[in-house]
Amino acid sequence: MSTKHIGKQTAQLASPPTITETFSVVGSKEGNGPLRTYFDEIVEDNTFGEDSWEKAESKFMSTAIQKVVQKASLSTSDIQYLLAGDLLNQCSSAHYAVRDTNIPFMGIYGACSTMAEGLGLAGLLVDGGFADHAVATTSSHFCSAEKQFRFPLEYGGQRTPTAQWTVTGSGAAVVSAQGGGPYITHVTTGKVVDMGISDVNNMGAAMAPAAADTIAAHFQDTGFGPSDYDLIVTGDLGMVGRQLNIDLLSQQGYEVSDVIDDCGCMIYDFETEDVHAGASGCGCSASVFCSKLIQELRSGAIKRLLFVATGALMSTTAIKQGETIPCVAHAVRIVTDKTN
Amino acid sequence: MQKQEYKAYAEKKSPNSPLWLNMLKAFLIGGLICVLGEGVRHFYTNWGLSLEEVAAATSITMVFLGVLLTGIGIYDNIAKHAGAGTLVPITGFANSVASPAIEYKSEGYVLGVGAKMFIIAGPVIVYGTVASVIAGLIYYFIH
Repeated sequence: MSTKHIGKQTAQLASPPTITETFSVVGSKEGNGPLRTYFDEIVEDNTFGEDSWEKAESKFMSTAIQKVVQKASLSTSDIQYLLAGDLLNQCSSAHYAVRDTNIPFMGIYGACSTMAEGLGLAGLLVDGGFADHAVATTSSHFCSAEKQFRFPLEYGGQRTPTAQWTVTGSGAAVVSAQGGGPYITHVTTGKVVDMGISDVNNMGAAMAPAAADTIAAHFQDTGFGPSDYDLIVTGDLGMVGRQLNIDLLSQQGYEVSDVIDDCGCMIYDFETEDVHAGASGCGCSASVFCSKLIQELRSGAIKRLLFVATGALMSTTAIKQGETIPCVAHAVRIVTDKTN
Repeated sequence: MQKQEYKAYAEKKSPNSPLWLNMLKAFLIGGLICVLGEGVRHFYTNWGLSLEEVAAATSITMVFLGVLLTGIGIYDNIAKHAGAGTLVPITGFANSVASPAIEYKSEGYVLGVGAKMFIIAGPVIVYGTVASVIAGLIYYFIH
């Protein structure tokens, strides 16, 4: 008999775990954007001293893992679970990043929803009494993502106005049983939603229905509404998907436009950085959460946050076979006062 | 909202490519590449090469320029604006072969560069050859 499950999709954590520490590391383009002062580390060389994009991405993640553990004044032997995943085939960035950590590892894949999935699972593990400390992390790299999903970097192609720019970067968070917050109180697990979008250059439109579905489910399960949040932040819907999400929620009677934002609309400067509809990639929501959002939670500027990372679970093979794009979004409620 | 309804709604809410501006830029930059090619052709003609030699030398020069600009990371920046203007000329073909060659070098010269080099240009070669066979057959029968 489950005692912590409420409604259809939500877990209510009995002893809300604390997000003890986070670390964000990003590339030069992200480091030139509006969030530059929030990131822990900016790496000017996008190869990170490695000889391939894949190795570079892996190094972004291993840096985040190593440094978040240090920052939390822990050692890797204190971490009982490491939850990690990324966009590359077989989650290779994660596997090579964790290879030398010696931390028990669970690989997760949720495309760009991975940070919320990892954070939520870490919360469940800690609240369930299975761990004192767990780390959730993910990464993405513009160049490795282009190579796997689109065209070689130097290929002369044109991007559509709805295309998004994959973030180069990683974020990692330590979730602990003891601590003074911010606390994870609820985890709403998303369903796979596919509304028939097959345009791989319009991921925002593909993912918006999944985001709206999870946010509406969270409201129904918990009884919270838009006014119970200072910020509801989606992962990487970009300009197009952000608006579609607002419209879809409005049709269901939830007016969120005053409290909603999207990590994909926050990390780059739309005027100068030529990113079309915004940012995407696992590293997008991860690096924004582990920098600006966590700092605003700590300063009290945000007291109640719903973090909804969104993932387009796209396979290049399936798309070529005429399939549409299945998407998922997971929501994690994070508050500064757990009685609230 | 049903799937069909959402698809139509999402399309309506998604900005379209600026077609007229794109076509203008493609015309101007594509045209410039052709003018450059024409200049190269004149250069070789004045050099005293035969008609056939001029055609081959011009193609070689333009392919070299395409590959060079790809290698030093400039071609994609021009193509971002020019679109079909940089895709259609022979320089675009050179770019589509050189760019995967550079990208997949990290996977070795045989299974990386060798195997992946024609990943974009391959279909063009296959269907270009098929089309030329069909055109040849039609020409054969009507003559």
